[in-house]
Amino acid sequence: MLTRLLSGDTPRSGLLTVLLLIVLISLAFAPFLFPGTKSLETAARICIFIVLVASYDLLLGYSGIVSFAHTMFFGIGAYGTALALNTSGPNYGSLIWGTLAGALVAALFALAIGLFSLRVKAIFFAMVTLAVASAFAVFVSQMSWLTGGEDGLNYKIPRELTPAFKLVNEKVLGVRINGKLVAYYLVFFASAVLFLVMLRVVNSPFGRTLKAVRDNAFRAEAIGYRVVWYRTTATVLSAVMAALAGSLLAIWLRYTGPATTLSMEIMIDILLMVVIGGMGTLYGAVLGATLFILAQTYLQNLMGVAAEATSAVPLVSTLVAPERWLLWLGVLFILSVYFFPSGIVGRLRAGRA
Amino acid sequence: MSETAIKPRIEKVPLREQFFQKLPVLLVPMLALLGLMAIGNPASWLTLTVAGLAMGMMIFIMASGLTVVFGLMDVINFGHGAFVAVGAFVGFTVLAWLAGWTASPSVMLNLAAVLIAILAAMVVTGLLGYAFERVIVMPVYGEHLKQILVTMGGLIVAQQMIYVVWGPDELHLSRPEAFQGSIVLGEAAIEKYRLVAVAIGLALFLAMRHILKNTKVGLLVRAGVENGEMVEALGYRIRRLFLIVFMTGSALAGLGGVMWGLYQETITAHMGSEIMVLVFIVVIIGGLGSVEGCFIGALLVGLLANYTAFLAPKVALISTIALMVAILMWRPQGIYPVVKAK
Repeated sequence: MLTRLLSGDTPRSGLLTVLLLIVLISLAFAPFLFPGTKSLETAARICIFIVLVASYDLLLGYSGIVSFAHTMFFGIGAYGTALALNTSGPNYGSLIWGTLAGALVAALFALAIGLFSLRVKAIFFAMVTLAVASAFAVFVSQMSWLTGGEDGLNYKIPRELTPAFKLVNEKVLGVRINGKLVAYYLVFFASAVLFLVMLRVVNSPFGRTLKAVRDNAFRAEAIGYRVVWYRTTATVLSAVMAALAGSLLAIWLRYTGPATTLSMEIMIDILLMVVIGGMGTLYGAVLGATLFILAQTYLQNLMGVAAEATSAVPLVSTLVAPERWLLWLGVLFILSVYFFPSGIVGRLRAGRA
Repeated sequence: MSETAIKPRIEKVPLREQFFQKLPVLLVPMLALLGLMAIGNPASWLTLTVAGLAMGMMIFIMASGLTVVFGLMDVINFGHGAFVAVGAFVGFTVLAWLAGWTASPSVMLNLAAVLIAILAAMVVTGLLGYAFERVIVMPVYGEHLKQILVTMGGLIVAQQMIYVVWGPDELHLSRPEAFQGSIVLGEAAIEKYRLVAVAIGLALFLAMRHILKNTKVGLLVRAGVENGEMVEALGYRIRRLFLIVFMTGSALAGLGGVMWGLYQETITAHMGSEIMVLVFIVVIIGGLGSVEGCFIGALLVGLLANYTAFLAPKVALISTIALMVAILMWRPQGIYPVVKAK
């Protein structure tokens, strides 16, 4: 049953299983284990980014395609939901059609870009997506009458998902059961379902063909698989998943703006998460996203302490200043591409054998 | 004797094909003409055209290094933007030291200050290019996926290092006296600095063409683009050639950075990644690896960006993407695709 749920792709490493279980249990009971608004925000962010990073891994790890337009699809999903809620009021109907419309638009965009530029080299696709995505980001911030420009959109979501809504009047285990909790579990279960769907996809015959195309496109073509079709389908699929993750973010934050969805920083974050977690395995996305977001939220405090401690040494204190945490992640990123390209998960699995 | 000697017969390319070969060159005047028709007013058209050419030249300076590096080594450097930013920061620092020179009304002192700034920027970015090639790019030759990831990582680290060295704020600097103000030609006002940018870009393009077509190094580079293994088999150390080209490309990015910085008069650590979008579009339009294509592409992008910024400001960046799509529909490998003998 469990193996079936995981589509036969078990973690295949004791330590990895333990780590994944820790992540799963912590996320599933986050509101009770770690009370407080900040930790709930972090947990929801981790859920959403697991989906986003896993969908990116579908491209990077499983298909060997580097895309820089993933935040664009993420943003399309978020703006789809946001615009629907903003224009036709906070009800479930608009929430659903906004989400679907966002996913559809993302799919069409991905199809167009894929058909257009996947015929040639991987490098070409990377450059085209980079150009298109930044143009899109500028475009969105300029269409301020529709998208709110740089300020983004604030909107209402259905009342059942807001803190104002009380499900049970008493506290359960010291936690108030309100709409925010409902929203968290919506995000959690939606993320879990999307993740399992992606696990199903990569372990299907389609996923195996994708890997074949990644490893040797010429040979796959010779055997009779239409390489362009497989690559384009993977692009579209990952775009749709990213758009759905974007919708979840839009529901959770009740705010959508360029900085939270479309910026290049987020793209780089995704890239770091995939590579550090492990390319070519969706469990890598889980670990990568979790570690990265925890680092983003809590490592900065630690670095602040380090900066205080070394404040006497001029250069070192600027190097370990909390704002410079991306520097160290960048170094870690380069090192992991060189020395363990299969990331944390690859390491753990290799260690067992 | 003379009858038996076999003479190589060079076939003349038919006129029709020659025309098709040269056709992309016509795109630039065609676009300029279209711009004139759309704008209507010749004075503002002239101002915009010069602005577009200046922007195109600066993009060309930054893009040329990238495209040659790709042609020769099959490496696309996503960290190229970092060189642009570092060049701009070094240049600005030097100009700030020489504030006395830049503020003086003497044209010679102004020029000297700018030249020193440019030289410093090029030396620093050239050395940085050396380090980048040795540390970051060398272990991953031939693996595109890793190259993209690693050079992206290099970009992140370099941008963060700029923050460490120069602090998180953006820098402002006004142009030296001699480059301020504009020349009035009839009704059209043309900024002096734009003319300087056009001159430098044009000189650089001609110099590059000359080096590539008429010198031994250029011959080796072109041969390396076509078939690197063969060049190596003939006894040339292609790795060293790689390194020289990479360093030159980085230094050119630094030069472009200083010029762009002086043009905008404001620089930020992430200016590189912003310009890289335009640079990538230009490189794609021109055909990966082609200097001529890159030049035409840069001029097209510069002109189009300025025309649309005047006519419909909201679609300025989208228009360059549209241009890219249109060109790729026409020639899927770019204007002048580089022929690889492989």
